[in-house]
Amino acid sequence: MDNMNLTLKIWRQKGANDKGKMVDYNVADISEHMSFLEMMDVLNEQLVNTGEEPVAFDHDCREGICGSCSMFINGEAHGPVKGTTTCQLHMRSFNDGDTIYIEPFRAKAFPVLKDLVVDRSSFDRIQHSGGFISVNTSGNTQDANATPIPKHDADLAMDAAACIGCGACVATCKNSSAMLFVGAKVSQYALLPQGKVEAKDRAQNMVAQMDAEGFGNCTNTGACEVECPKGISLSNIARMNREFLSGSMG
Amino acid sequence: MSTLDGKVPHGQPLKDTWTTYKDKVNLVNPANKRNIDIIVVGTGLAGGSAAATLAEQGYNVKAFCYQDSPRRAHSIAAQGGINAAKNYQGDGDSTYRLFYDTVKGGDYRSREANVHRLAEVSTNIIDQCVAQGVPFARDYGGLLDNRSFGGVLVSRTFYAKGQTGQQLLLGAYSAMNRQIARGKIQMFNRHEMLDLVIVDGKARGIIARNLITGEIERHSAHAVVLGTGGYGNVFFLSTNAMGSNTSAAWKAHRRGSYFANPCYTQIHPTCIPRSGDYQSKLTLMSESLRNDGRIWVPARIEDVEAVRNRKLKPTDIPVEHRDYYLERRYPAFGNLVPRDVASRAAKERCDAGFGVNATGEAVYLDFASAIVRYGKEQALLKGESDATDARIKELGKDIVKAKYGNLFDMYKQIADENPYETPMMIYPAVHYTMGGLWVDYNLMTTVEGCYAIGEANFSDHGANRLGASALMQGLADGYFVLPYTIGGYLSNDIRTGKISTETPEFEAAEKEVKERLEGLVNNKGTRSVDYYHKALGIIMWEKCGMSRNEKGLKEAIEEIGALREDFWKNVSVPGGAYELNPQLEKAGRVADFLELGELFAKDALDRNESCGGHFREESVEVGGPQDGEALRDDENYAYVSAWEYTGKPSDAVLHKEQLDFKDIKLTQRSYK
Repeated sequence: MDNMNLTLKIWRQKGANDKGKMVDYNVADISEHMSFLEMMDVLNEQLVNTGEEPVAFDHDCREGICGSCSMFINGEAHGPVKGTTTCQLHMRSFNDGDTIYIEPFRAKAFPVLKDLVVDRSSFDRIQHSGGFISVNTSGNTQDANATPIPKHDADLAMDAAACIGCGACVATCKNSSAMLFVGAKVSQYALLPQGKVEAKDRAQNMVAQMDAEGFGNCTNTGACEVECPKGISLSNIARMNREFLSGSMG
Repeated sequence: MSTLDGKVPHGQPLKDTWTTYKDKVNLVNPANKRNIDIIVVGTGLAGGSAAATLAEQGYNVKAFCYQDSPRRAHSIAAQGGINAAKNYQGDGDSTYRLFYDTVKGGDYRSREANVHRLAEVSTNIIDQCVAQGVPFARDYGGLLDNRSFGGVLVSRTFYAKGQTGQQLLLGAYSAMNRQIARGKIQMFNRHEMLDLVIVDGKARGIIARNLITGEIERHSAHAVVLGTGGYGNVFFLSTNAMGSNTSAAWKAHRRGSYFANPCYTQIHPTCIPRSGDYQSKLTLMSESLRNDGRIWVPARIEDVEAVRNRKLKPTDIPVEHRDYYLERRYPAFGNLVPRDVASRAAKERCDAGFGVNATGEAVYLDFASAIVRYGKEQALLKGESDATDARIKELGKDIVKAKYGNLFDMYKQIADENPYETPMMIYPAVHYTMGGLWVDYNLMTTVEGCYAIGEANFSDHGANRLGASALMQGLADGYFVLPYTIGGYLSNDIRTGKISTETPEFEAAEKEVKERLEGLVNNKGTRSVDYYHKALGIIMWEKCGMSRNEKGLKEAIEEIGALREDFWKNVSVPGGAYELNPQLEKAGRVADFLELGELFAKDALDRNESCGGHFREESVEVGGPQDGEALRDDENYAYVSAWEYTGKPSDAVLHKEQLDFKDIKLTQRSYK
C-alpha cells in the first residue's frame, strides 16, 4: 500500500477547567507499518516544528501491557481492532484519505486533564479500598507449594488478573460503569485460597469506593467485554456480585 | 583514583555472610520508626516492593512515580519469568548453583557476596508472591510449574503466562495499596524527581515536579531510595518504555553518587526489527523462541536483494543457499548461544550486507524445521504412519502454537506477517543496563543516606544478565535486602526529628531546578527534543553498541559533547514550565542522557577488554579454536569502574572496586 494522507479531528483542551473542542489536523505520508501512536508522534513533531503546542496523550510501554494509552478512536476505546490497545493498533487498519476522530476516554470519574490525558486515579483509590491480600513481607510465609491450587482456579485467576487498568471498559459503557475492572480484581483473589479469607469484605469495600467515585451501574450490555483489550470476561462481574451479595447477607 | 570498599562483612564463609549480617545489624524500634521518613522514587518491582515493606515496618514512606499510577512502571512488561532456587523439580538446583550461574553468566564482573545473598533470598520471593495472590502457572496437581531459561541446566523459572512482570508488579502494587490505605505510604503519582537534596553530607530529600500542574515541590526525608530503573533509552530505540529515563540516578550522580560500569548494556538478540525512521520503540520477543527457531540469512547476496524487493519469498530459498550462521560458527551451542554472542553474530551478517528487510537490519528466525519435527513426532504418537506433509505440518503447528502462541500473535499484530507460514524477522535491541549507581553491600551509594535498588544499581549482574534474573533482583532488593540494611543507617537518626525543607540547601536546589526548566522553555530554538534524542541514539548505536573500538569511542565522546552543546543552544520546547507539558519532561530527560552517553563512551574506552555485553574489537582471541571471540582480561580489568562526577562527564574521575572471587574459579566462556 502507498503511504496515506489523513485528516485528524482531535479533542484539544488546555487544562482541566478549560473548555475543549475538536480541532482539525492533516498528516501526510503515513506508512501502514506505523503504530497509531507513531502517527501521533509524526503529528506532534510537525506541530513542534511549526511552533504549535503538541497534543498531550498518555502512553508509556507501547507494548500493550502498561495500560497508559487511552484514546477513543472513531467512537471506540482503543480503536477498531479487537483485543488491542491503542499503542498496538497499526495504521494498516486505516485507508488513504480517512478522517479519524480522536477523543479522550470520557467518564465523570475520569476528568480530562489536558487534550487526551485523563485522570484515572479513581481506579487507584478503588484498589486502595481492598485490592490486596493482607499479608506482611516476612520472607517466612509458608512454602509456596504448601497449598496446592487446582489448575483450573489458578488459570481463571490469571485470566482475571490480566486486566491492565486502562479504563476502556468505563469509557465504553453507557453508564460509565467500572464493574468489569472491579470484578476482575475481586475475582482474582476470590478464586485463590489466599484471597478467600477477605473476599466478602473486599467486595463490599471496593464496590462502596466504586460508587463513591461516581462510576455508574452495570446494565449488562456487555460492551465492556467487547472493547476490553485483554478480553476480561463478563463472568467476573457475576462473581463480584456473588461475593457482594453473600457479604451483604452477613 | 581511589579504591572503593564494598563493605562486605568479613570473617565468615560466603554462605553465612548475609545471615551473620542480619544477626548483627542495628535495628530501629517500632516507636522510633514512626518518626522516620523515607522517600522511595520509582514504583517498579524494586521501588514498589521497598515502599510497601518499609511502610509495613512502620516507617513513613513517600513514594513517587512519573506514571499516572504505580502499577504502570515498566517492570510490567517483563515476559518470561523469575528465577528462584526452590528445586521443586528435583533437578539438582540449589542456592549455590543459582549463585554460580549468575556470577558466571555475568562474566565474572559482579560482587560475589551480593550475588550469593540474591540467590539466598530468591526462594522467599516465591513464597511471598504466592501469599499475595500472584497467579503463577501451576501443573495439574496444583503445584507451581517451572520452565528452563537461557544458559542454565536446571528448571528454576517461575512464570505467569507471558506476563510474569505484570503479575509480580501488580503484587507489589497491591502491597503498596494496603499501606496507602493505612496512610503509611503517601503516594505521589505523576511526579518526577528533578534533584537530590543533600544536607550536611547526607541525602535528606528531593525536588520533584508535579507533572500535572508543573509545580515544583520540596520533599524531605531521613533517607532517599532510588528504584528508578535503567538507562537503555540513551540509545533512543530500546525495549524500555517511552518514559524510562536516567534523570533521578543522574541527579544523584551529579550530587556525589558514583556511577558504576555505565558501558555494560544488554543487547537482546530477538526483538522485532525497526520498520522505518518513525520507529519510536522496539518490542522484545522472548528468548525462549530460540529453543525451536533456527536463525539464518541468505548465503547469496542476489537472494538478499530479491527478498528485500519482495521478488523472492524466504520460503523459496533452498537450504543450500541459506547461511545458518550460528550453527556454522558455534556448532556446540548453535542457536542457543548466550544473548551477547547471538546479537553480535546478527550484526556481523547485517554489516556484511545480508540483512533481509528494507532497512538491512534483520535476520530470519525460522520455525519450519521445528514444525516438521514436532509434526512427525505427533503423527507417530497418533499412529498416523502415512501422514502427508500437509498433515505433519498441521500437527506440528499445533505444538508450536501451544508453546509460543501468544508471542506469534504479538509478532503478527506488529509485523503483519504470519510466522507459522514464513520466518519471523528479528534484530538485536537494547534491553537492559547492568551498570548503574555504585552501591555497597548495604545498597547505599557513595552519598550517605541515598540508596539504589533494582536495575538502578550495578551490583548483581556483572557484565551480562541472565534471563529471568531482573525480576528476581528487583524484588530481592525491595522486599528482603533494603528493609534490613537501611535500618542500620537509620538507627543513627532516631533523634534527628523531622527534616525541614526551609533550609538553604532545599532553596538552592529548587532554584537550580526552576532555572533549568525556565531555560528550556525560553530557549525558543529551532529543533525538537526528539531530533536530539534520535541523533544521540545513532551515535550510541553506531559507536557504543554491540561492538566498540578505541577510535569510535573517542569520536563518540566528541560528538556527544558537541550535540549537547547544540541542544542547549537550539532546542525548542513549546508550552510553559508550570503546566502539564510532556515535551518539557522529555527535554529534561534527554538533557541528562546527553551527559550519561558521554560517560558511557568514556567507560567503554577505559575498559580495554571484552566481557559480557561489552565487546572491544581490540580484545579478541587470536588463532586457535576461539579465534575472533571475546577475550576477557582478568589480570587488568577484574574491577568495578565507579565514576565520580566533576563537571564535564568525560572528565569524570575513576575509582575502582577490586573484585575478589573466593568461592568461584574464573574460567573462559566457550560456545564453539
